[in-house]
Amino acid sequence: MSDNKHVPRVLISDAAKETIDTLRKRFGTDLMFHQSGGCCDGSSPMCFEKGDFKVGASDIWLGNVYGCDFFMNQDQFEYWKHTQLTLDITPGRGSSFSIEIPMGIRFMIRSRLFTTEELENLIPTKTGEEILEENELK
Amino acid sequence: MSTLTLSQSKPVERPKIKEKYDHFIGGKWVAPSSGEYFDNISPIDGKPFAKAARGNKADVDLALDAAHAAFPSWSKTSPAQRSKLLNKVADIIEENLEMLARVETIDNGKALRETRAADLPLVIDHFRYFAGVIRADESSISEHDEHTVSIALHEPLGVVGQIIPWNFPLLMATWKIAPALAAGCCTVVKPAEQTPTSIMVLMELIADVLPPGVLNVVTGFGPEAGKPLASSPRIAKVSFTGETTTGRLIMQYASENLIPVTMELGGKSPNIFMKSVADADDEFFDKAVEGAVMFALNQGEICTCPSRILVHEDIYDVFMEKVIERTKAIKMGHPLAEDTMMGAQASNDQYEKILSYMDIGKQEGAEVLCGGEKASLNSGLETGYYIQPTIFKGNNKMRIFQEEIFGPVVSVTTFKTTEEAIEIANDTMYGLGAGLWSRDAHELYQVPRAIQAGRVWVNCYHNYPAHAPFGGYKKSGFGRENHLMMLDHYRQTKNMLISYDKNKLGFF
Repeated sequence: MSDNKHVPRVLISDAAKETIDTLRKRFGTDLMFHQSGGCCDGSSPMCFEKGDFKVGASDIWLGNVYGCDFFMNQDQFEYWKHTQLTLDITPGRGSSFSIEIPMGIRFMIRSRLFTTEELENLIPTKTGEEILEENELK
Repeated sequence: MSTLTLSQSKPVERPKIKEKYDHFIGGKWVAPSSGEYFDNISPIDGKPFAKAARGNKADVDLALDAAHAAFPSWSKTSPAQRSKLLNKVADIIEENLEMLARVETIDNGKALRETRAADLPLVIDHFRYFAGVIRADESSISEHDEHTVSIALHEPLGVVGQIIPWNFPLLMATWKIAPALAAGCCTVVKPAEQTPTSIMVLMELIADVLPPGVLNVVTGFGPEAGKPLASSPRIAKVSFTGETTTGRLIMQYASENLIPVTMELGGKSPNIFMKSVADADDEFFDKAVEGAVMFALNQGEICTCPSRILVHEDIYDVFMEKVIERTKAIKMGHPLAEDTMMGAQASNDQYEKILSYMDIGKQEGAEVLCGGEKASLNSGLETGYYIQPTIFKGNNKMRIFQEEIFGPVVSVTTFKTTEEAIEIANDTMYGLGAGLWSRDAHELYQVPRAIQAGRVWVNCYHNYPAHAPFGGYKKSGFGRENHLMMLDHYRQTKNMLISYDKNKLGFF
């Protein structure tokens, strides 16, 4: 029963919501997130103006948080899928193209393990390609 | 948690540097077009120590103008002259090694003993290496038949964009700048916003060595200065060290401009300790223990951090007992103190991220063998970003075994057979570095060949000599730095196909 699949994979803190509000106002557009891997600013979520980062069939859509689609590469998702993510904010400099960096803050991820029951009721994922197709139909 | 009281030598004096740095464009110091500067925070104490220019597209365009103006002449400058200038840069750095090492430590937070013994000496040698190889470099010629000759001649790509990470600010800049200049390219460099100062102190020293516009440095934030550089249609190539999402974004821009890229995107490097390591309690065993503790070098902020220890189950107890003991003996403290072994993480967001991984590691059921939390230091370091070197025990499917934490955190697991060791080693998205430790001559060759990584250290770890190619397999990127083959990543081939036959073909 897809109706029961209600457990979100990504949550968001109030501080992160405030930052998204600020960025939306500044850029005048919707935003998106892509979770990075690798060195330096890796293992951090990257925030872009919606559509600036091209997602595709190798990306997994984990959900929509506060109006923003949240993606991760398929390979990485394999190791993250048993954890619930919370998008948060911390003071810091960052070092990537994530658009909040000039504000002196950085989006970051906090994680916790899903319970067995939650794992059975997760909102289904989609691929980046499927999301693009859905957006075109809208 | 208790606060560690520091009993150590006094920090060395901080060199006097300017309060703020402009961009270095066309051989001159150029104020940012916005008039804005940002604070550069030292990880030592979380306090600003200099200001950096907040670059934007206008500044990047100015730097590109300067680089394009310099290219026609620089690309035709003889290799002998280019070599001489690179050697001069190396000499100046060598004369100022101590000052630059201190500034690098203040900028990045790493211990002075590392900037003195590794970062700066490697910078110097790297410039000399590329100064050397271009003197011996040759193009090729082939005779296709008695009348037809093909000349394959190297030509520099043009003006390139280079985006530098913060973990080895000067060394990583050098890995990119030296081969580009040696190849005859001009460059616009964008240092990381976390470490924008040491490179500007270096530019002050070498400002008059290179012709104006050959080497330009624009500081600023990634989305404001990095993006306009990487997406500019006026660059012939972009070279990037960083993480996967930005790597993809830069490739996306490069695809729009149809230009080549080189990428170095991190890793989750396995460090494998075979059973024979513990055959004797001798110098080699001691070296292997040190090899395992190498995860703490540079506070773990290295793309090749050996962040997964794979140890044969039969030697786990005897080996890990020593590794834990050695890890606990790491002396943390003021990065500018000469006896400090491990300094501060580079920034607050890194610090928070590392702690979040400690949290998920514990939740996933990994056992903390030592460390596992922040290090609270006193004596003025209360506001710095210090983390205890940490060893987790768990299994390779855990997130702490799969994600680059970029901190002093290693995850250990055991294996029963060589096949299992290889399987675990390769069970990762990445393929940058790996280590293999053994006394068995057959394993020393066969196991490294089976590991999908660009650099396998065999009975050593974390050496980065020039003339040993360095780069990634899998999602760790492509391109090989640190070696003369990098020249070809900054050049294209002009083929002249020449006929010495006076007679026509006879077709028309």
